Amino acid sequence: MELVLSAAIGVLTASGVWLLFRPRTYQVIIGLSLLSYAVNLFIFGMGRLRVNAPPLLEPGGAGGLLTHTDPIPQALVLTAIVIGFAMTALFLVVLLASRGFTGTDHVDGRE
Amino acid sequence: MLLVLVLAPFAGSLAAICIPTDKATPAAWLSGGVALFCLATAAGLYPVIASGRVLRYDVHWLPEFGLNFTLRMDGFAWMFASLVTAIGLLVVVYARYYMSASDPVPRFFSLFLAFMGAMLGVVLSGNLILLAIFWELTSIVSFLLIGYWHHNAHAREGARMALTITGTGGLSMFVGLMLLGHIVGSYDLDVVLSSGDLIRSDPLYTTVLALILLGALTKSAQFPFHFWLPHAMAAPTPVSAYLHSATLVKAGVFLLTRLWPVLAGTDAWFWIVGLAGLSTLLLGAYFAIFQQDMKGLLAYSTISHLGLITVLLSLGSPLAAVAAIFHTMNHATFKASLFMAAGIIDHETGTRDMRRLSGLFRHMPFTATLAMVASAAMAGVPLLNGFLSKEMFFAEAIETHKYNILDTMTPYVATLASMFAVTYSLRFIHSVFFGPQPHDLPKMPHEPPHWMRAPIEFLVFACLVVGIVPSWTIGPFLHTAVKSVLGDATPVYSLAIWHGWNLPLFMSVIALVGGVGLFLIMKRYLATSVEGPPFFRRLEGQRIFERVLVTLSWKWARSIEMRAGTRRLQPQMRILVAVALLAGAVTLLTQGFKPAAIVLRSIDPAFALIWLIGMICAVGAAYQAKFHRLAALVLLGGAGLVTCITFVWLSAPDLAVTQLLVEIVTTVLILLGLRWLPKRIEDPNDPEIMTFSTRMRRLRDLAFALFAGLGMMIISYTMMSREMPETISSYFLERAYSEGGGTNVVNVILVDFRGFDTLGEIAVLCIVALTVFALLLRFRPATESLETPEQQRVQNAFDDEHPHRKTGDSIAEYLLVPSVIMRWMFPVIGMLSAFLFFRGHDLPGGGFAAGIAMSIGFILQYMAGGTRWVEERLRIHPLRWMAIGLVIATATGLGSWLFGYPFLTSHAQYASLPIIGKIPLATAILFDLGVFSLVLGATVLMLIALAHQSVRAPRAQHVRAARAAAKEST
Repeated sequence: MELVLSAAIGVLTASGVWLLFRPRTYQVIIGLSLLSYAVNLFIFGMGRLRVNAPPLLEPGGAGGLLTHTDPIPQALVLTAIVIGFAMTALFLVVLLASRGFTGTDHVDGRE
Repeated sequence: MLLVLVLAPFAGSLAAICIPTDKATPAAWLSGGVALFCLATAAGLYPVIASGRVLRYDVHWLPEFGLNFTLRMDGFAWMFASLVTAIGLLVVVYARYYMSASDPVPRFFSLFLAFMGAMLGVVLSGNLILLAIFWELTSIVSFLLIGYWHHNAHAREGARMALTITGTGGLSMFVGLMLLGHIVGSYDLDVVLSSGDLIRSDPLYTTVLALILLGALTKSAQFPFHFWLPHAMAAPTPVSAYLHSATLVKAGVFLLTRLWPVLAGTDAWFWIVGLAGLSTLLLGAYFAIFQQDMKGLLAYSTISHLGLITVLLSLGSPLAAVAAIFHTMNHATFKASLFMAAGIIDHETGTRDMRRLSGLFRHMPFTATLAMVASAAMAGVPLLNGFLSKEMFFAEAIETHKYNILDTMTPYVATLASMFAVTYSLRFIHSVFFGPQPHDLPKMPHEPPHWMRAPIEFLVFACLVVGIVPSWTIGPFLHTAVKSVLGDATPVYSLAIWHGWNLPLFMSVIALVGGVGLFLIMKRYLATSVEGPPFFRRLEGQRIFERVLVTLSWKWARSIEMRAGTRRLQPQMRILVAVALLAGAVTLLTQGFKPAAIVLRSIDPAFALIWLIGMICAVGAAYQAKFHRLAALVLLGGAGLVTCITFVWLSAPDLAVTQLLVEIVTTVLILLGLRWLPKRIEDPNDPEIMTFSTRMRRLRDLAFALFAGLGMMIISYTMMSREMPETISSYFLERAYSEGGGTNVVNVILVDFRGFDTLGEIAVLCIVALTVFALLLRFRPATESLETPEQQRVQNAFDDEHPHRKTGDSIAEYLLVPSVIMRWMFPVIGMLSAFLFFRGHDLPGGGFAAGIAMSIGFILQYMAGGTRWVEERLRIHPLRWMAIGLVIATATGLGSWLFGYPFLTSHAQYASLPIIGKIPLATAILFDLGVFSLVLGATVLMLIALAHQSVRAPRAQHVRAARAAAKEST
């Protein structure tokens, strides 16, 4: 489990970083999205991987880390997903505006 | 009372800025009222202060660090406070007539009051740190006031220079005061003032002294930092009268006097302060003679008088300190009135150049008389207040305090400087008021309105009565002030005018006679000479200052930028990633990082297979993103879906739901964006692809990427294989139900435990949505993408070919069946969203997921029916939804204040309360409703703003075509 997920994180990161260095704005956006998957999974992994652990409490009861999943990384990632969406949207619009404004989709606004 | 005294001017300042810019009179009344109120408050406190008590007002701020909001008023602070408020009041009256109606007068008064407040803060601070804060505030407000006429380059330059000099000094003073507090162990002024011996014997004493003196000397325009003051004369004259003669520049002297009991008396003090003071005294007076600008002359004379006070403080004898305090007051009275007189002359004649002015006595006899009396006080003529303090100064200068050359020089320098003072005073009066009729003045001079002159009359009257009957008028106040500074060391002093035939009187006579003689000799030369003193004209502090500034902030900065900087994004990215990799690698290697051993046993083949697809998607997206954007988007979605499955697999249903929904919205958004992004066509003959350097660059980037990926893989694998340490997660797990009232711990954390973070997050989302909206309002798409898309053209061409079809029919019929289904899905999605929302606290779901789900419902309608169709049928106000969401969330948080709990306390946990006991979760779900509304609004706003472009663009095209046609026809 851990090995597969860490390999996945590695591949996502590598693809993301590669795209981050590319000269076209669209590549950078895709790269950032891939990177954010990697980072989200990484943070999520901080709580350790648990299959079939209950994420919810019994009404009236209290939970513990032995029986339940770790809620903090999940809460962090939930926030990160939403912020990541906002970031993608903003960059996309900046990209479009820059393409219309400069006539090129190079990240520097000129070839 | 002290708090009111300090806060009233700031409150007045806030009120004044709200007055419309063309309403000058209400602003003046307001400022005058505030100044009068402060003056009355200060006056009312006098009986208490006179009895020797020290008033204190304490508010604990950060008592652990010794930081308290302490105000403290003793006799000396009282004297300064009355000076600040009284002269403030007079200057307000004066400024009411001085300021032209075309200037934004309320802004002037607002800044003026803010300055008064800051100055009162400086003199009343009972804590060193608070003092430094108010001190900086005076610098900043002074900057704004000097630059009040910001259309004038001189004003901007003068303001910048003043801020740079006093700001630098203030910074060093701040460090000095912190060190002082460190030595004493407390920032409280009372404690500091009572530990003089401790401070003077500390090894850090010299450092502290140098730092604090730097602050005080820059503020009081002492040599060699004096040059900012003449340039500050670009300010309106009321500002010069108030800040640059009576108050702001006195702040330095104030600080020196305040700390005099603990810092003075050592050799270091004597040398630094004495040398600065003596050179300022002499040079200021010398420079003043040669000024052609009236305000320039007064500025240099101010510098010289401040030097005089500094010299007195340097001597370290109690009598000299008395003289210093006395002269501070006297100088404020006569110099403020002189500045106001200069302002009147400038106002009535239109020039301040003394070569052009002459014979004004005939036109404005009253003003002339007043200015003459004030100048006489400045020159130290008997029966005026300036004479008294100057006599005290001479008496002190003769006394021997230390056996060194500086002390021996003092009486000679003092006499010489006084002589110069007589000369420049005479020159001021003579060249402006006497001589032949003025000609070619910009305006015909005449007396100013009576009330404009009234403040001068009052001040000159004060000069006279203090000069004639000192012990009846100023005596008691001075005594109170002196007593509070010197305490038991207060010497016996006499304020009498006549001390018999003694050496100080003799020195005064020499100065008077010599000054008159010097003036007679130089009269001819001065009437026509250029600005500035001979010999020193070229050696200007200002030039040195500018050169230093240019070198530091322009030349060096430029060369560093040229060498080390780049405006290109790619190298910046590489540096960023390289630094991150290096930092990570170095930390791991030096801290003994051991990668975990690889265990192959526990791999679930299905999971591995899914991720194999995911990785192929990721690499594919990376590979295709340049030329096949749609394919890259699809592959990106694939990687996202696999991530989503991972969350389901690994017991994180909340994340899975949110990820899935966000994935959909992101894809739609990028699809909408792709419409405006012209295609890139791969050109196999593009030379760029083939070059060697390009290949090398790509190889290097690939190495970076692989290194980063491998590193992340090793780190995450190692981390995930380790035992879980004890974290605060258990805290949340234990208390989520008992205190948060929900079984979905993740949701409880978001809306309850860490509700404040969530509030910040939705605010960010809100800002992003607004930014997107704003950017798209003036969006100009790429010209290549302006035409109708190819598919639409094909469909329209098909319609045109068939006679029974209208253009646009195909587009309307396109996906007819799915669009009907999509329309019918709207209530279903609404239901799903409500479901997600209400179960959020106990089961996976919540405001985020519900908001995004609902926005998908809306966007489906757009896709099915088209923008116009939807907006004819549904009222969509995403901006309003966002606002409502933010208000609900914030109001829920604020609501807990009503019950006396901290911001955003959820009420579900206080189940014992009678009403809330019935409906637990009440506030948490309200907060979540705010989140829902905002997320829905923000998402819909972004999507719709982008979708609207296709409606807007054809319209714009239409307009452009029409314009082109119109142009051709004409």
